[in-house]
Amino acid sequence: MIKLTSLSKHFGKTVVLDEINLTIEKGEIVVIIGPSGTGKSTLLRCINFLEQPTAGTMTVGNLTVDVNRASRADILAMRRHTAFVFQNYALFANKTALQNIAERLLVVDKWPKEKAYQRARQILEQIGLANKADAYPASMSGGQQQRVGIGRAMAAEAEVILFDEPTSSLDPEWVEEVLGLMKQLASERQTMMVVTHEMSFARDVADRVIFIDGGRIVEQGPPSEIFSNPKDPRTKDFLKKILATNPV
Amino acid sequence: MDVLNVEYMLGLVPVLLRYLPLTLQLAGIGMVLALILACLFAVIRVLRIPVLNQLTIVFISFFRGTPLLVQLFLFYYGLPQLFSALTVIDGITATIMGLTMHFAAYMAESIRAAIVGVDRSQTEAALSIGMTNGQLMRRIVLPQATRVALPTLMNYFIDMIKATSLAFTLGVTELMGATQKEAAGSFLYFEAFIVAAIMYWIVVELLSKLQNYLETRLNKAYNR
Repeated sequence: MIKLTSLSKHFGKTVVLDEINLTIEKGEIVVIIGPSGTGKSTLLRCINFLEQPTAGTMTVGNLTVDVNRASRADILAMRRHTAFVFQNYALFANKTALQNIAERLLVVDKWPKEKAYQRARQILEQIGLANKADAYPASMSGGQQQRVGIGRAMAAEAEVILFDEPTSSLDPEWVEEVLGLMKQLASERQTMMVVTHEMSFARDVADRVIFIDGGRIVEQGPPSEIFSNPKDPRTKDFLKKILATNPV
Repeated sequence: MDVLNVEYMLGLVPVLLRYLPLTLQLAGIGMVLALILACLFAVIRVLRIPVLNQLTIVFISFFRGTPLLVQLFLFYYGLPQLFSALTVIDGITATIMGLTMHFAAYMAESIRAAIVGVDRSQTEAALSIGMTNGQLMRRIVLPQATRVALPTLMNYFIDMIKATSLAFTLGVTELMGATQKEAAGSFLYFEAFIVAAIMYWIVVELLSKLQNYLETRLNKAYNR
C-alpha cells in the first residue's frame, strides 16, 4: 500500500506539487494523466526520492517517511521499496541486458552472483528477451531497451513500479511491445503508477485514472467514469484535446 | 660532416638499456600515484565537497600553472632548506613527487570532464534502484568515464615517460642522465642522444599499441 499525505514539492517559488493526498492499494493499477508540466513526473520522482519533496509524509509498504526528516538511510530504503522506469530507458551503458537486471540484486540486495543471474535470466524470459542476455544497450532497439528497463524494475520486487512516460521516447513501432509487457505485469497485479499519454492503455488497464493539473489532483475515478463522464471542466478540456490526437 | 659512428651507437645500446628500467619505474610509479590522486581530485570536484574542493582548485591551478622543472627543483632543493627533515628526499623521490603532482593536476581535469560526461539519467537510474553514491561511482560512472578519459590519460602517460628525463637535473642517472654521461665521455653527442631518442620512441610506440588494444576492449559495449 502507498499513502501520500500532504506531499508538496516547490522549485524555488514555483509550486509543482500542492499537498497531494493519495492512497493506492496493493495490486492497484493507477494511471496519471494531465497536461505537460503539471507535476505528474515530479510526483513519481518524489516517491522515489529522485526529487527531494518539500513537505509531507509518504508510506510505502511498511516504511513511513516524513520527507523533511528523512535520513540518508530513509531515502535509500524508500528507493529500495519503489522501482522506477524512465522515459529514456536509462540503461547502464557499460552493462549487458542481463547485468542491467542483475545489478540491483548483486549490489543493493547483495545476492550471490549465481542466484542473481539466475533470477535475472528468469526475468529476461518473462520480458521475452532471453536471447539478448549478453547484448549491450547500444545494440538494442528502443523497445528492447525499455523492456530491459522494466525488467530492471521487476528485479527489485518493489512495492510499486513507477512508470514515467515509458513509451514517450519510443518510435511508434515499439510502443505496443512495451505496453504489452506492462499489461502482462498489470495482469499479475503488480502495483503500478503510470504517467502516460497512452489513453487506450489507461482505459483498458487502469483500475483508477487520476487527472492532475496545476500540481493538484483535480479528479479521479475508474477509467469508464473519467473518460465517458468527466466532471471538472479542466478534465473535459484536456480529454477533448488529447483524444483528438490520440483516439482511444 | 663527419661520418656517423655506428659502431659506437650499437655499443651504446646495451649500456643505456640498463638505465631504461629506472626510467620506466619513475614513470610507472608516477602514473599510478598520479591516477589515484587525480581520481580523488576529480571526485572532490564533481561532488563539490566543501573546503576540499577549494583546496583542490588551488592545487590544480598551481601545478598546472608552473613548469615541471621548477616544481622538481622546489621539491629537491627548496623544501629540504625549509624543513630539515626533508633532506631525506633523494632525487628519485623528488622526481616521483613532482611527476605525480604535476600530472595529477592535468589528469584530474580530464577525469572530471569524463565523469560529468556520463549520461545523467544513468546516475538517476542507479540511485533509483537504491545504490549508494560510492556504488554509483564504482559500478556505473567510473567504468564509463575511464573509457572516455583513456586516450587523454594515455597521452599524459606518454608525456610523463618523456618528462622523467628531467630527473637528470636532480642527479638521477636514468636513461637521459646516463646518455649525458656517456656523451660527455666520448664527445659523440649526436650518436649518444639519437640512441636515447630512439629508445624513448620505441617505448612510446609500444604504449600506443597498448592504448589501441585497451580502447578496442573498452568500446566493446558501444558497438552497434
